[in-house]
Amino acid sequence: MDSPTTPMISRRDALIVGAATAAAVSASNATPASAQPAPASPAAASAAGGFRTKLSLNVNGTARALDVDTRTTLLDALREHLQLTGTKKGCDHGQCGACTVIVDGRRINSCLTLAVMHEGAQVTTIEGLGTPQNMHPMQAAFVRHDGYQCGYCTPGQICSAVAVIDEVRRGIPSHVSADLTARPILSAEELRERMSGNICRCGAYSNIVEAITEVAGSKA
Amino acid sequence: MKAFTYERAATPAQAASAVAGRPGAKFIAGGTNLLDLMKLQIEAPVHLVDVNGLALDRIEPTPEGGLRIGALVRNTDLAADERVRRDYGVLSRALLAGASGQLRNKATTAGNLLQRTRCPYFYDTDQPCNKRRPGSGCSAIGGVTRQLAVIGGSKSCIATNPSDMAVAMRVLDASVETVRPDGRTRVIPIADFHRLPGDTPYIETALERDELITGVTLPKPVGGTHVYRKVRDRASYAFALVSVAAIVQRDGSGRVALGGVAHKPWRMEAAESAMPQGAKAVTARLLADAQPTHENAFKLQLAERTLAAAITQARS
Repeated sequence: MDSPTTPMISRRDALIVGAATAAAVSASNATPASAQPAPASPAAASAAGGFRTKLSLNVNGTARALDVDTRTTLLDALREHLQLTGTKKGCDHGQCGACTVIVDGRRINSCLTLAVMHEGAQVTTIEGLGTPQNMHPMQAAFVRHDGYQCGYCTPGQICSAVAVIDEVRRGIPSHVSADLTARPILSAEELRERMSGNICRCGAYSNIVEAITEVAGSKA
Repeated sequence: MKAFTYERAATPAQAASAVAGRPGAKFIAGGTNLLDLMKLQIEAPVHLVDVNGLALDRIEPTPEGGLRIGALVRNTDLAADERVRRDYGVLSRALLAGASGQLRNKATTAGNLLQRTRCPYFYDTDQPCNKRRPGSGCSAIGGVTRQLAVIGGSKSCIATNPSDMAVAMRVLDASVETVRPDGRTRVIPIADFHRLPGDTPYIETALERDELITGVTLPKPVGGTHVYRKVRDRASYAFALVSVAAIVQRDGSGRVALGGVAHKPWRMEAAESAMPQGAKAVTARLLADAQPTHENAFKLQLAERTLAAAITQARS
């Protein structure tokens, strides 16, 4: 999870540069250098605030000011505007969980929410949980238990797992909780159910469950 | 995603007014369904009115002994509410059977009621769909129909309602509260809230375009054993093939609503008098008018067996 300081131009950067060039050629609209299509109706922009918006987020303990297209998802704000590329874009439709971050203490799919809907929010990404030198216990447990193969789903898995332990601690039941009114327990069955929104195509599930179980056990 | 302008609403009536005044405007709350559809350009609002700041996020007792659930109460919070878990277990269970932990943290009570179908032809923008493009035809009829409706469909649409929560709301006789731009409010019984497709499958609820849901009211608890059983292709995080919301009383009487079989939660109070005779008698009445395809006819037997399992579970 090193910061991306490589001077090479990635394929993605090349695409962004290409999109910026295309936008510059089209002089009649004010679309920024995003890869989005131009606004369908420029007239609508003037009616209420325009297509761009300013907002502030607290990301991993640091206040960040943004000026983004209203269409910008929280995921794209983190990755493309704040260069926090630890959070991954998998399906971009809330089906895979790779984009999971913790907002105001709750895990959400950052691909299915707009940045503008989170003015003033506290956002924790994988970069805010720990660093390679000082890993969060969940990160360390994933390493110890080999809870990944390609690693693409891992930031989402770890953010989700950290929030799952908190959800159980707060007594939130799950689909597999036998008694709705009893305090939920942290069994493997519970963890599998609660982590079902995070898909791992490599199939590291059993090791992921072991990693979370270890962290949950040491916290109990 | 098509470009849109954005504003935050200050009051429910002002939110309704903001949508009323702008053709193509929409409310946004959790956004988990709307943004998915906007990325595919199935939805393309020109203006979004964000209602998340409205103080509609509380669950309060009603003078009648029930509960009033604010429109913005998140699915996680509703499922975890102590009163809901104790007195309306079928609702907690239905919510927990739906989506993922991440989605339930964001999705709201009102938004869940307004979820759109997951019919694959609604999602495939290259195919005709009377919901997505009125008058273009229904690709599902004669297509792949395993997931689709077995009852209440029409020549225009055989999509199903995907919500688990709504099935529990239906069995609990919930009421939907709304407000209009001029501040007028109304209460819509859940039975009348979702519509059958008929010739206008793109009109899915009884809501007017500028009408905002402010809350959902549950009547006084009815007791009994609450069960929600969902049958799906995966053990978790999948939409229902068939689901059963049941409240079974000690004397064998009870209530039943089915999910995954129709364009709305499927309940017929007249069928419930057969509850003491068992699942076969109930589903024979409940699904008497079913018109399944060869691919989804299995849902009739699956519904009967799922109800039988629910009744057994309730009595154990």
